[in-house]
Amino acid sequence: MSKRLKVSGLAAGVLASSLMMAAPQAVAQESIYVPLFTYRTGPFAGSGIPIADGMHDYLQMLNERDGGIGGVKIAIDECETGYDTKKGLECYDAVKPKKPVMVNPWSTGISLSLIPKASVDKIPVLSMAYGLSASARGDVFPWVFNPPATYWDGLAMIIRYLGTESGGLDKLKGKKIGYIYFDGGFGKEPIPLFEQMAKDMGFELKLYPVPPGEMQNQSSQWLSVRRDRPDFMVMYGWGAMNPTAVKEAVKINYPMDKFVSIWWPGENDVNGTEGAKGFKMLNWHGIGTDYPALKDIQKLVVDKGLSKSPKEKVGELLYNRGVYNAILIAEGIAQAQKITGKKVVDGSDVRRGLENINLDEARFKAIGLPAFAGNLQLTCQDHNGHRAAFIQQWDGAKWVKITDFIQPMPEKVKPALDEAAKEYSEKNAGWPKRSEACDKS
Amino acid sequence: MDILFKVLIDPFLQMGAMPDLFVQTIWDGFVTGVLYALIALGFVLIFKASGVFNFAQGIMVVFAALTLVGLYEMGLPAPLAVLVTLGVMFVLAVAIERVVLRPLVNQPDIILFMATFGITYFLIGLGELIFGGNPKQMITDQLYLPRGAIEVKMLGGFVQFQKIDIAAAVIAVVMIVALAVFFQKTRIGRALRAVADSHKAALSVGISLNQIWVIVWFTAGIVALVTGIMWGARSDVSFGLQVIALKALPVLILGGFTSVPGAIVGGLIIGIGEKLGEFYWGPLVGGGIESWLAYCIALGFLLFRPQGLFGDKIIERI
Repeated sequence: MSKRLKVSGLAAGVLASSLMMAAPQAVAQESIYVPLFTYRTGPFAGSGIPIADGMHDYLQMLNERDGGIGGVKIAIDECETGYDTKKGLECYDAVKPKKPVMVNPWSTGISLSLIPKASVDKIPVLSMAYGLSASARGDVFPWVFNPPATYWDGLAMIIRYLGTESGGLDKLKGKKIGYIYFDGGFGKEPIPLFEQMAKDMGFELKLYPVPPGEMQNQSSQWLSVRRDRPDFMVMYGWGAMNPTAVKEAVKINYPMDKFVSIWWPGENDVNGTEGAKGFKMLNWHGIGTDYPALKDIQKLVVDKGLSKSPKEKVGELLYNRGVYNAILIAEGIAQAQKITGKKVVDGSDVRRGLENINLDEARFKAIGLPAFAGNLQLTCQDHNGHRAAFIQQWDGAKWVKITDFIQPMPEKVKPALDEAAKEYSEKNAGWPKRSEACDKS
Repeated sequence: MDILFKVLIDPFLQMGAMPDLFVQTIWDGFVTGVLYALIALGFVLIFKASGVFNFAQGIMVVFAALTLVGLYEMGLPAPLAVLVTLGVMFVLAVAIERVVLRPLVNQPDIILFMATFGITYFLIGLGELIFGGNPKQMITDQLYLPRGAIEVKMLGGFVQFQKIDIAAAVIAVVMIVALAVFFQKTRIGRALRAVADSHKAALSVGISLNQIWVIVWFTAGIVALVTGIMWGARSDVSFGLQVIALKALPVLILGGFTSVPGAIVGGLIIGIGEKLGEFYWGPLVGGGIESWLAYCIALGFLLFRPQGLFGDKIIERI
């Protein structure tokens, strides 16, 4: 090979590699990278798929309709975790070099593992209505957000509802409340508050843990329920645990109107189960497609073949839960753009954006989701909002809202949260004091 | 003393105080045990014929059930969907023999064992690719399986027998009898037993190992389909069922890897044992002991019979 040819080859190689190196930077500058940790496979896919679709489709709709957020496209990237903490951490390591503006772990186990990393890597963790309840304290956990309510708020709302059903909270005294839960981080999360409430209010608490490997084999737990005859059953379940629990409750003739779940079951968990009518759960947002933004999703994303969701699943409960999560992502980014004046924001900016989320009636209307959910305002101190939720009941074919918004019990939850946040920072030696300045709202 | 009372006496007092619940626990354990036994049977069949511990048996249960429901959802009538699913399991058996077993013949057992891990992950991926990850409802009515329960008043209370559980027990018994007849009375069955005893001796009398492997993997596929239908009818057909299939491990430890009666008796002991343990002793430690209690029961038996209840005693000279 001649010297000239070698030089030309070398120059071409250098040029090609510079182009290759420049390309991702160009992409990075023109878009905002939002990874979504999802699970479309494994035992939790039944819950994971509609949520993943809802999150993806709303963000995709913003790209199609508005050209992204503030004129900047969102680079949506899914990483499959299978609801496995180990895989979730692998996903985190894979997305970190791409400078995500936040991560959405969709698993309490993964959230707990990411909390110590968030402040070091400057990547906010958005664990919407799951994760560590104490992370609601923005002064202790400036990089973690868990709106619109913690698991402890959820429990407080359920207990308040059970009190109403019994004729007053004081009437819970002497009653027996059973708690069937996923025997992992998520299900164990509300137990300290539950035990405290049992002590304070004088009801008896019976625990029925369901090990992860036994989610579809719950006959022992429900046989124990038959023996103990609790006045009410409360459930914190996920994935394959929920439909099996409903089936088993029906099998032992447990009165379904006494069976109340936290906000995670979906239509698939009850639909087709004879006798599931009457089952109740918490929820805080709308169901269905009767919102302009949902119509835009159908028109601009689903009809164009840009969604993985079947058309008839758009608007279902957990799909809309995914949409709500995506609204928080979009609002965090939009607020960050507003505060900093930058188009392409980074993790630190979005952390500030999330602290300034103010989803009021007018804002929900402006984004095409009028009356979709209650107002939500986050602050520097409060990363949760502790918003109210309502009870809905399965009527055999659809969910029917049966109560107004039920307020959590701040007088019970707040001291417990403060104590848990203090304990967390003390147990994790060297937990940094908040150094991030608060924006004036 | 209090703890001794709670462990050694109180559970038995409870059994006496609420005998209907005791019978109910035994029945629930029996049905669970029958289903464990069916899964274990799939393992035993393959282990006997090829010496391979088939880690993929659990996912075969899920794959067979998903195929059945998936085909039905695609518009096939239920009986035809069953036939086509059987066809799919046959094709799978042929493919495994051709692609996995044949090239690995004469390799150490551990290689074949690892190959079944590969089959597991391949089937998970294939199942999710074709049918998606969403749980599916078993087509119970379309398969003419009964719904509802029979409530029998007895012992001062009532015992509930789910019709689907009764059907599962009956079908399992029929299947076990059919397999026993197949093994004992048919030419292929005798060939299978010959292969199980010695590959070399079987080859020397003209038995085709390849054919036998296809037959045995197909038979394990049929067992997987039946198990998938029955378990799917009790909960849902989802990839979570694959985890339950691992319960067959303590059943095999207990019953022996090579014994069909061992799989059945082992399944029943584990099924009933873990339900009794969870129900009467579980509350003492906060519940949720079912997942590891099965292994404790199996290990307890191993202390006295290392080869399992019905397993072959292997004597190797050094």
